[in-house]
Amino acid sequence: MTALSLKNVNKFFGDVHVLKDISLEVDEGEFVVFVGPSGCGKSTLLRVIAGLEDATSGDIHIAGAQVNRTPPSKRGIAMVFQSYALYPHLNVRGNMTLALKQEGQSKAVIEGRVQKASQMLDLGSYLDRYPAELSGGQRQRVAIGRAIVREPKLFLFDEPLSNLDAALRMNTRIEIANLHRQLGASMIYVTHDQTEAMTLADKIVVLRDGRVEQIGSPMELYNNPANQFVAGFLGSPSMNFLPGDLLNGGDHTMGIRPEDLFLAEEGPLAVRVSHVEHLGGDTNVIAHANTHQITARLFGQHQVTVGEELRLGFKPESTYAFDQDGGRLR
Amino acid sequence: MNKARSNPLNTVMMHGALILYTLIALFPVFIIIINSFKERRSIFREPLALPNSESFSTIGYETVMKQGDFFLYFQNSMIVTVATLFFVLLFGAMAAYALSEYRFKGNLLMGLYLALGIMIPIRIGTVAILDMMVATGLVNTLWALILVYTAQGLPLAVFILSEFMRQVSDDLKNAGRIDGLSEYTIFFRLVVPLVRPAMATVAVFNMIPIWNDLWFPLILAPAEETKTLTLGSQVFIGQFVTDWNAVLSALSMAILPVLVLYVIFSRQLIRGITSGAVK
Repeated sequence: MTALSLKNVNKFFGDVHVLKDISLEVDEGEFVVFVGPSGCGKSTLLRVIAGLEDATSGDIHIAGAQVNRTPPSKRGIAMVFQSYALYPHLNVRGNMTLALKQEGQSKAVIEGRVQKASQMLDLGSYLDRYPAELSGGQRQRVAIGRAIVREPKLFLFDEPLSNLDAALRMNTRIEIANLHRQLGASMIYVTHDQTEAMTLADKIVVLRDGRVEQIGSPMELYNNPANQFVAGFLGSPSMNFLPGDLLNGGDHTMGIRPEDLFLAEEGPLAVRVSHVEHLGGDTNVIAHANTHQITARLFGQHQVTVGEELRLGFKPESTYAFDQDGGRLR
Repeated sequence: MNKARSNPLNTVMMHGALILYTLIALFPVFIIIINSFKERRSIFREPLALPNSESFSTIGYETVMKQGDFFLYFQNSMIVTVATLFFVLLFGAMAAYALSEYRFKGNLLMGLYLALGIMIPIRIGTVAILDMMVATGLVNTLWALILVYTAQGLPLAVFILSEFMRQVSDDLKNAGRIDGLSEYTIFFRLVVPLVRPAMATVAVFNMIPIWNDLWFPLILAPAEETKTLTLGSQVFIGQFVTDWNAVLSALSMAILPVLVLYVIFSRQLIRGITSGAVK
């Protein structure tokens, strides 16, 4: 069964066309990530799914039922917000139980679910604290706990990690992945961070300017991007785009990933190094060929100095060709 | 900025200016209070002197107390002020929430229309208001005053509160919607507690002019049983004889309740003023 299906969803704010004809399906138990640059409409799409905004046209089905006119609380969803959005006047337990009380669940059910969720998220000792007394990471866990206790058909995450610091972000990312495995629930996750998208998703939906650019598993998108935008958006550092003559691609724009470039004495690409990042495991070399910037990700440690002339090699099969409009040429 | 703030000379000057202003502002109040405890002759002989064993007298207070209506006036003032504050805060906050939260046609125009009342003094419409009150039979009732003061207070309340409500996180309201809270519950349980400092500010701004107003009580509710404190105190001021002891005593006592209300609100008020700066 499909957990969510969108058919030709459009959304206008006044005259501004924010979501353009979006159709997609989320299978039961699938972890889907909406990713795209700021202002691409991914958060709006999540709000439309949640029912916080109405779609101007199109059909939204959650677990088989059409929900276009259903209020958010009756859609069988739970949402985790970027700013946590915990109720400041309620303690952790109160935050987690409010929705269940609104649904009229019995005390025993509520207590059982709170126990289960707080165990899962290690919140047991915080149940009587107020949000103001918790750290950012704890608040985020409470927000997730508030979603779990509802046992929704669909979890919605709106950039849940962007307010956390880097170390905590990585831990919480792993926790969310574990949670998904344990609950086996369908989840939709919005982020602008391609690392989160790549690491968490079963399926990635890349959005730009309110349009779906490509849908697929992380590796499909990485290995086989549909266009220049997807190719450039996924992968870090992002793909190099160069005029074709530099990479023997004729007059098309050619793309090559930084990790597909390597040092080669007889390599076809002559560059001058303008910056080096030593990361220990990798060495990122930012160089210029004429005026074109090229990033190369060299594995291991390399002694490269700024200003040095280098020759880089690549395999012809690891290049991608794009036409003038950014479409992929195969 | 930090340097200027920690400079001792600036601190002294700043406090000097504030203390000077406080003295100027409190001086009339001080004079009223000390003279209310003096006998009539001493009030005029040495208005600035503190009451001593010779001049001390509570005759003013006794007169006021004996005038049995005084407590009624007191009660009227209290009812009018508290009821008005309640309505101004309730309707002001609800209107502000609607304006800041919902997108509807004419939202901006409605906001401007409501704010217009800040710039137009309500007293210009006194004749029309009196006409209306006569037509509806509300003259000489406390409702006449409550309605007029509510109308007078709403524009500023809507203006200030809608600005504060815009700052309340959308995520929080949306979380409430997803959890199945009604719009009213979201408003009363989530939004109102977060804008409490702003509401205290509005309450203080409205409270003092209402308490002190003489104009509308005189015109709309001059009957004996609906007189407010300010209007009631006028009985001691005659065309030929004025009972200064009683006037000063009545005024001294009139200060007390506002002071109490102010202390209640001011804790919130200070947080309201500083919340924007610190955040």
